[in-house]
Amino acid sequence: MKVSDLCKKDEFTCLNPEVGLDGEILNGYAGDLLSWVMANAKAGSAWVTIQTHVNIVAVATLLEMACIIIPEGAEIEESALERAILEDVPIIATKLNAYEVCRVLAKAGI
Amino acid sequence: MTYELKFDVERGDFETAGLASRKIKKTLQQLGINNKTIRQVSIAGYEGEMNLAIHSDGGYISLMVLDGELVLVIEDTGPGIPDIALAMQEGYSTAGDEVREMGFGAGMGLPNMRNNSDAFEINSEPGVGTRIEMHFNTKT
Repeated sequence: MKVSDLCKKDEFTCLNPEVGLDGEILNGYAGDLLSWVMANAKAGSAWVTIQTHVNIVAVATLLEMACIIIPEGAEIEESALERAILEDVPIIATKLNAYEVCRVLAKAGI
Repeated sequence: MTYELKFDVERGDFETAGLASRKIKKTLQQLGINNKTIRQVSIAGYEGEMNLAIHSDGGYISLMVLDGELVLVIEDTGPGIPDIALAMQEGYSTAGDEVREMGFGAGMGLPNMRNNSDAFEINSEPGVGTRIEMHFNTKT
């Protein structure tokens, strides 16, 4: 499943569609403790996190994640969005909670 | 071939912390280092940067590219670590509530550095500072 396919679903909105959305989502990861995520998340992950500050972009970039998904309508900080555009990391917002996001990903075969 | 990169990191600088690791990663990609090592150096470098921002009074992160290995050094002036064995335990952290709310302070920073490097050495003097040196093999 490509990031663009996820963004086409009604429940999901890409907040920075100007970045490349052709990346393939290879797996999913949910977590908010950044060091824990650094230790365990894989490249190509769709990462679900309630953290909304600029450091999530650093983590996603270093681990070569496919995208970041911000659940439950949490508002991302402007500096994070700006960095995400610079670093070419898709940020996707949804009103679904983390569990529901993971269900959508699982249903799509991830 | 020898190549060295050095970046200063200030205390509390969460907005730019992560950039040094990003630049190091880009450099290693340009040098054709294998992906597994790049990931390990990225994780260790990022954790080092975050520790500088969270705990130190400022410091630097440096990378030396040598024949067959990379050397990553994180050095700071600051409060130091009174009990290194305790600090190395997974889950132990002295980070304050404010940074914990940002998702830091999981007590995984030093263990992540040790687990991702081929050699790990930490020296610290309370009231003076801390120096961490990590080596990564690049020979395949």
